[in-house]
Amino acid sequence: MSHPTIEELKQQAAELRKTAVTMVYKAQSGHPGGSLSAADIITSLYFKEMNIDPANPDWEDRDRFVLSKGHVAPIQYSALAHLGYVPFEEIHRLREYKSPFQGHPDSKKCPGIDISTGSLGQGFSCAVGMAIAGKMDNKDYRSFALLGDGEIQEGQIWEAAQTAVKQKLDNLIAFVDDNRLQIDGPTEEIMPNQDIEKKFESFGFQTKRINGHSIEEIIRTLDEFTQEKNGVPKCIVCDTVKGKGVSFMEDVVAWHGKAPNDEEYQAALAELEGGLES
Amino acid sequence: MITYPATDSKPTRQAFGDEITELGKNNQDIVVVDMDISKSCKTDKFAKELPDQHLNVGIAEQGGAGVAAGMATAGKIPFLSTYAVFGSMRMAEQVRQETCYPFLNVKIACSHGGLTPANDGGSHQAIEDMGIYSSMPNMTVIMPADYHSTRKLVKEASEIYGPVYLRFTREKVPMIYDENEEFTIGKANKIQSGNDVAIIANGDTVSIALEATKQLTDQGISVQLLDMHTIKPIDREAVQECMDIGNIVTVEDHNIINGLGSAVSNVVAEEGNARVRKIGVQDQFGESAPYEKLLELNGITVDNIVRKAKELV
Ligand SMILES: Cc1ncc(C[n+]2csc(CCOP(=O)(O)OP(=O)(O)O)c2C)c(N)n1
Repeated sequence: MSHPTIEELKQQAAELRKTAVTMVYKAQSGHPGGSLSAADIITSLYFKEMNIDPANPDWEDRDRFVLSKGHVAPIQYSALAHLGYVPFEEIHRLREYKSPFQGHPDSKKCPGIDISTGSLGQGFSCAVGMAIAGKMDNKDYRSFALLGDGEIQEGQIWEAAQTAVKQKLDNLIAFVDDNRLQIDGPTEEIMPNQDIEKKFESFGFQTKRINGHSIEEIIRTLDEFTQEKNGVPKCIVCDTVKGKGVSFMEDVVAWHGKAPNDEEYQAALAELEGGLES
Repeated sequence: MITYPATDSKPTRQAFGDEITELGKNNQDIVVVDMDISKSCKTDKFAKELPDQHLNVGIAEQGGAGVAAGMATAGKIPFLSTYAVFGSMRMAEQVRQETCYPFLNVKIACSHGGLTPANDGGSHQAIEDMGIYSSMPNMTVIMPADYHSTRKLVKEASEIYGPVYLRFTREKVPMIYDENEEFTIGKANKIQSGNDVAIIANGDTVSIALEATKQLTDQGISVQLLDMHTIKPIDREAVQECMDIGNIVTVEDHNIINGLGSAVSNVVAEEGNARVRKIGVQDQFGESAPYEKLLELNGITVDNIVRKAKELV
């Protein structure tokens, strides 16, 4: 765990957003919307909360992270590139042949990826498995997972949830990036989630809904949840905006999986400079 | 009639979207079950024009497959629409238990077949799907070669009773047939007759095989070229004709295990005697790369077809 200030973290989040958009622009392919909505969560984890060592990505005591909504790989890759897991220039090779930055996270090709993902609904179970292994080996590491609000429509998410509760995984924290959009439209229209917090609660999770773009709130909630060794897994439901930080991408379904053109890219970079307004 | 070289190209998922909308207008029992990817599967047009025959179950493929089976018991003809990886693997057991086993009239129509979702990477490239569905009793397995043949085969799939797996391309592929060409499920389309070597291809590899055939023909080798769009049930008569030639090269955008090449080899093993060389994905996962690069990495190229054919004759 490192000790940056909130202001430094906000600057870092702005850098990650710029890098993610640059990757998608360069590749002319990839998923900007859900990358930008997750930027503040990813920043808080990678630059503050997680015990990790970029020089030793396979360190056996490291905290684990599973990007269960694997299509937003660009935001995780941005964190890995800024931390030096891979040479920074690689950000220009998203989705290219022999790149560590595959279309979806690939643990065989990219250091710092704890397990490959991309097929929605499956990663969370793997994060549960990592937490169980940690308990079995009496290790202190924690397991974090990032889920999409569309992704939690998959039944396997709930199989993972029941296992986490049964196994008393207080070393597991799930984030739901509740940006309220999926591909075909608003989650409320395509498949209403009902009350996500209550759902996790009724499975036996300790939950909290926060502003997923407030780094202060994310850090505060993590402080609270990581200290509670109460035999209960935790879920942080984050109110977020898909495309956050780039006005013309914000809350627009079409920016789920679309690359910006030259003009849009320049406009996006200009807006992201300096970070989110608070 | 074959139009070659092709003057235009389109992804075959587009043909599915166009055809299913027409079919739906003429048959109210046809239902599309989407799973949050209607835009890339090209079923968004159907959803818009025929909302009463459309259902989006969200990101929940296993549940979608069960819902489709239930609807089929009440006389509906559901088309499950998703990417080939999810449509063949995520929902495989649901389709096996609740569609194939009770022999229900559910169609699984999937885009992003084979290596065609190229830069998405190995997680999204479906190289096992046709083999998986081929091993389920009662299932028919099809990959059409181009736009017009896709439209014809989708139409026919909607007219026959029983489970059918249809696989389409994400990438554009050359339009090689004109719109009057007829296709029959389970019957190979003979593109050219010949007597030195038979090339049997399907899906996006037919146009590659066509170019190889042209080069071989120019070099004085007589080639029989088949578009084996249906790998199950395989057209045994057509394979027998190739066995009479004695030399067979199969080409597919699928794992070399359990796809077209295996289906042809099974017939050869059971019924006759011929030399078979299989070209396809080399039992390895793909990665992010241009589609043509991925084909090249697996030897699914004009040059390799020509080389293999010449080795045999
Ligand atoms: C099993 C599976 N089904 C479908 C897809 C295709 N897909 C990719 S992203 C996506 C929508 C995800 O929505 P959400 O979880 O809300 O993510 P976000 O909005 O944050 O991008 C879908 C359906 C997939 N990757 N995996």
